[in-house]
Amino acid sequence: MSGSSSADGEAAAEAIEGPGRGLRRRAELAGVGLTGIVAVGMLGFLLLYWAQDLPVASDLYAAFRSLGRGMDAAFGTNVFRHPIMWQSMAVGVLVGVVAPLVGSFLVHREMALIGETLAHTAFAGVAVGILVTSSTGWNGSLLLVALAVGILGALAVQWLTERTDAYGDVPIAIMLSGSFAVGTLIISYGDGLTGVNVEGFLFGNLAVVTPEGARLMGALSLIVVAGVALTYKQLLFITFDEQAARVARLNVTGYNTLLVVLTAVVVVGAMQVLGVILVAAMLVVPVAAASQVARSFRETMYLGVIFGQLSVLGGFAVSIGFGLPSGGSIVVTAIAVYLASVVGSGSSVTAVSAHG
Amino acid sequence: MSAIVDLDGVTFAYGDTVAVRDVSLTVEAGDFLGLVGPNGSGKTTLLHLMLGLHEADEGSVELFGRPIEEFDDGGRIGYVSQKATSRGGAMPVTVRECVTMGRFAHAGRGRLSEADRTAVADAIETVGIGDLTDRLVSELSGGQKQRAYIARALASDADLLALDEPTVGVDAESRDAFYALLDDLNDEGITIILIEHDIGVVTDRANRIACINTELYHHGDTESFVESDALAEAYGTTGQVVHHHH
Repeated sequence: MSGSSSADGEAAAEAIEGPGRGLRRRAELAGVGLTGIVAVGMLGFLLLYWAQDLPVASDLYAAFRSLGRGMDAAFGTNVFRHPIMWQSMAVGVLVGVVAPLVGSFLVHREMALIGETLAHTAFAGVAVGILVTSSTGWNGSLLLVALAVGILGALAVQWLTERTDAYGDVPIAIMLSGSFAVGTLIISYGDGLTGVNVEGFLFGNLAVVTPEGARLMGALSLIVVAGVALTYKQLLFITFDEQAARVARLNVTGYNTLLVVLTAVVVVGAMQVLGVILVAAMLVVPVAAASQVARSFRETMYLGVIFGQLSVLGGFAVSIGFGLPSGGSIVVTAIAVYLASVVGSGSSVTAVSAHG
Repeated sequence: MSAIVDLDGVTFAYGDTVAVRDVSLTVEAGDFLGLVGPNGSGKTTLLHLMLGLHEADEGSVELFGRPIEEFDDGGRIGYVSQKATSRGGAMPVTVRECVTMGRFAHAGRGRLSEADRTAVADAIETVGIGDLTDRLVSELSGGQKQRAYIARALASDADLLALDEPTVGVDAESRDAFYALLDDLNDEGITIILIEHDIGVVTDRANRIACINTELYHHGDTESFVESDALAEAYGTTGQVVHHHH
């Protein structure tokens, strides 16, 4: 290609994309920044809630409570005065950040079902936890048991897929229904032993979120964000072209294992508000929406997080406003965002082709 | 000259089906090796054995003078798989992001350095797709995609390019331009191993030919291949090399 036609091409590209592109990038960065601020704010609340009896924190916490009462007065609601609602919202907001981060890699590796599978494995973990607490009187967190079982499940899925065909759906389907079957058996066996609300874990419920659960989600979110940030390049290469990544001597098996373990971590955290059955949606739907309109992989992640956050906040509004389960509300909102992006991407294609 | 790839008595089977039997061959620095053979003859398997994507059942493989299992300098190899180029996936990755992956074998966990960025920009310019850097790879034509993948290999400072049927689905004009680019890269000293179903193209471009059908039927310079009966034997027909003149 000659230099002049290349320069013409760049000029034309700039004429079409230049100003719009810059604006688009600024809007994305602003969205991601805003999401980050909300997430950090929620982490701050979790810390404050934890440390509310300490001298300085108690004053701050009191100020926060009065802010909540003020919000309730302003919106005419009876929500923001209750710390338990803030704690659920904190979990939701953090899920909205970390699920699309991990989901960006899963979706494009066609591993979307892994999230669903690990959620069912984590459900078996909850069942094991219920059995252990009811039969031994151990007073530990159900979610910690679910996390341990979820990670074991992730390693089992990885082991199965390495030994069968790469991410074939048969071992995954076996794992999915198998672990759910074990969960239901254990829960039936231990029926009546505890008053734990199993339905809350199945369908997601703001009231399922415990202070320990919220703090666990806070810690897990930091681990997931750090994990993805540190291995972004390697995960991207493996997702895009696994064979070439192997030839470049990346530890593909190691990074694959890391990805499924991070997925298990996200799933266990998200299970509280989304429920076992719907949790995979947050790994997939915001990323699918972002992929419709993104012009690069980095942009897919940014938009995925922004769309994830919109889905969670919108879903909470629907859930609180109409007294509906949080999981279904969030997922339906996410799908509405997805449909909007499909329509939006159609019109942006028309706009570009109109430039000739 | 030193050996880039050295296979000695390599055999590999998928279950009970032997794909490559007792193959010994050496690729020297600066070679342009054409790997030919009928469909299902084990070409891709042999290339995978050379690159360490498969482990040989018998025999030994050395890369850059080191046993394959000890070789860890992945940045020296640029690999374009059959799957990568035929892949119509919707993953939104820009040309710049794709080419930048070539640096990942070098860059550790940290951010990319200025040198990394320069290597990426230079590689993109070398293959002549400077005007496509912000386009999605999935939106490129077959020929443009090829160039993006080659740029990724160049960005990693590879001294060995391994290409598995890179021009499937690429129009004739782009294909000629692509092979001219490979010639240039080979002239600059980059070793090339090319799997190509069009034997005419290979014999025009490569200076060495390996012809296999599970076993190695020929390994030597291109002239001796054209004059030999290796092709007919490997293909089990009386095939003849057709040269392209454009």
